[in-house]
Amino acid sequence: MVDETTLYHKRKRPAEAFLLSAVYGAASMSVILLAGMVGYVFFKGAGTVSWSFLTTAASVLQKTSGIGGNLVNTLYIAVLTLLAAVPVGVGAAVYLNEYAKPGKLVRLVEFTTETLSGIPSVIFGLFGMVFFGETLGLGYSLLAGAFTLSLMVLPLIVRNTQEALRTVPDSYRMGALGLGASRFYMIRTILLPSAMPGILTGLILAAGRIVGESAALLFTAGSGSRLPKPGAGASDTIRRLWEKAHESGGTLAVELYLQMQNGRYETAFGIGCVLIGIVLCINLLLKLGADRLGNKA
Amino acid sequence: MREGMKTKQNMLCPGSVMADRKKKAVVEGIAQAVFGVCASFVILVTASITVYMIGKGASAFWKVGVKEILFGTVWKPTAEKPSYGILYMILTSAVGTGLAVLLSVPIGVLTAVFLAEAADKRLAAVVKPAVELLAGIPSVIYGLLGISLLNPLMYRLELALFRDSPGHRFTGGANLLSAALVLAVMILPTVINISEAAIRGVQPGVRAASLALGGSRIQTIFCAVLPAAKSGIVTAVVLGVGRAVGEAMAITLVSGGCVNPPLPFYSVRFLATAIVSEMGYSSGLHRQMLFAIGLALLIFIMAVNTALTKIVKKGAENGG
Repeated sequence: MVDETTLYHKRKRPAEAFLLSAVYGAASMSVILLAGMVGYVFFKGAGTVSWSFLTTAASVLQKTSGIGGNLVNTLYIAVLTLLAAVPVGVGAAVYLNEYAKPGKLVRLVEFTTETLSGIPSVIFGLFGMVFFGETLGLGYSLLAGAFTLSLMVLPLIVRNTQEALRTVPDSYRMGALGLGASRFYMIRTILLPSAMPGILTGLILAAGRIVGESAALLFTAGSGSRLPKPGAGASDTIRRLWEKAHESGGTLAVELYLQMQNGRYETAFGIGCVLIGIVLCINLLLKLGADRLGNKA
Repeated sequence: MREGMKTKQNMLCPGSVMADRKKKAVVEGIAQAVFGVCASFVILVTASITVYMIGKGASAFWKVGVKEILFGTVWKPTAEKPSYGILYMILTSAVGTGLAVLLSVPIGVLTAVFLAEAADKRLAAVVKPAVELLAGIPSVIYGLLGISLLNPLMYRLELALFRDSPGHRFTGGANLLSAALVLAVMILPTVINISEAAIRGVQPGVRAASLALGGSRIQTIFCAVLPAAKSGIVTAVVLGVGRAVGEAMAITLVSGGCVNPPLPFYSVRFLATAIVSEMGYSSGLHRQMLFAIGLALLIFIMAVNTALTKIVKKGAENGG
């Protein structure tokens, strides 16, 4: 350690002390903001959350005010969205990284990905309402909402997959090709498995955005909150799921917005608790994934 | 002849690389085509969003008139003689975003400095996850906190400030200032993350040179490292602006919702919030107008994006 009693250290620098404290102040402010917000939501909403709150649908007849239906909708939309977005996103990233030669097409794809990721979610909502809802005739339905969101999370998946593919060492590619594997075989068996942690990161990030999204869903998926009835047998369940996809359904975030709009803050804070809980889990998952990745490297 | 050759080959070494060469070539071709289609899908999506928004939004400009829309100050879409001026909304979006950025950027950049430069590791291990979590919190929750926590506080301030001015219309705390504060908190993680990446990306030589010339730690950070990270920090600001302009759900209720000139204690309506709060009951020309607002937003975001690409390019040229 440097001797702290030199002239250099004795000299007082009030401006610097101020800046240093500003740096620490700003950092602690971010933490306090977060802690305050999360704490407040839990303080206000934890009392509302109960087993019946989570598992029943809101109904005047049965005098329940649960969010079970919204919970199911959220899950359903997340699964549908990822099913639509992940294959296309990963495919696009593979093309950009493995096939395309640098040139106009690549630049165009990269520019449009960039643009797409900057478009506000309200606009996705408008587009989804017109295109999926009216042109394709899906109306207000989970399917329309999921398609809209899949366009929205596409850039996220493309970018994360690209990052992951870039970190796969070139020697893997050369090794596989040198052993006589064809390009597609190499991608399928070497590249994609090696890039899997990065792809999963993109997927989890996308799930986080889907769970928190409301503006894009308000005019595409609507606000239904019916609980699906369990079907009898496998084929019946599939049929019911298919029907459910064509019904309107509000996710947790949309329901929170509607409750807030109607001034029912208790329920809103309850949903807020659940949402923050989900976000916390997602962050934890990402952290665990990153740690495992770090150990491997 | 060729067929014969092929069967012979297959018989000789079944399952070898040479055996099903033709089949493989087909699979390869299909794979490449499928991946190519995926990539062009991204272009298709962006193009069709743009085309649809222009198609749906431009007609309102055509019918009402560009001048009436952009410079009109009266927004009465459901009146008997409707008028569709969005000037106040544009100004509100501009002023609100500007305020949010002014509040958010100093805090954000200083936090980024803390994370990248000044931190001792244990403190950074608390701040970093907090910022990540802040980024993940859904915008509706910001709205909920804004309306149930910030608005009452703002109302008290309003009561204290305007006690003696009978002309003031009280907003219950739902005003431009509240909305700007909520936006500021919302864009904070964006600003922090991108500034931090920019600061970390500064070449170590810059730091070393400053320290070697006798600069103190703080001097090094503020006089050498931050100027070198300038283009990255500008990127952070621009992205923050983009996010704030497009945000709707968090501030629809917090901002009050009347179309007013953007003064701190006025109930106001932003461009994006107008779409969200009016789409439900709009029809006809009113609805087309909302699409026109969407189009205006889209054009703005695209302009921001193009500017961003330029900045990044310039930064790369300067840095490299």
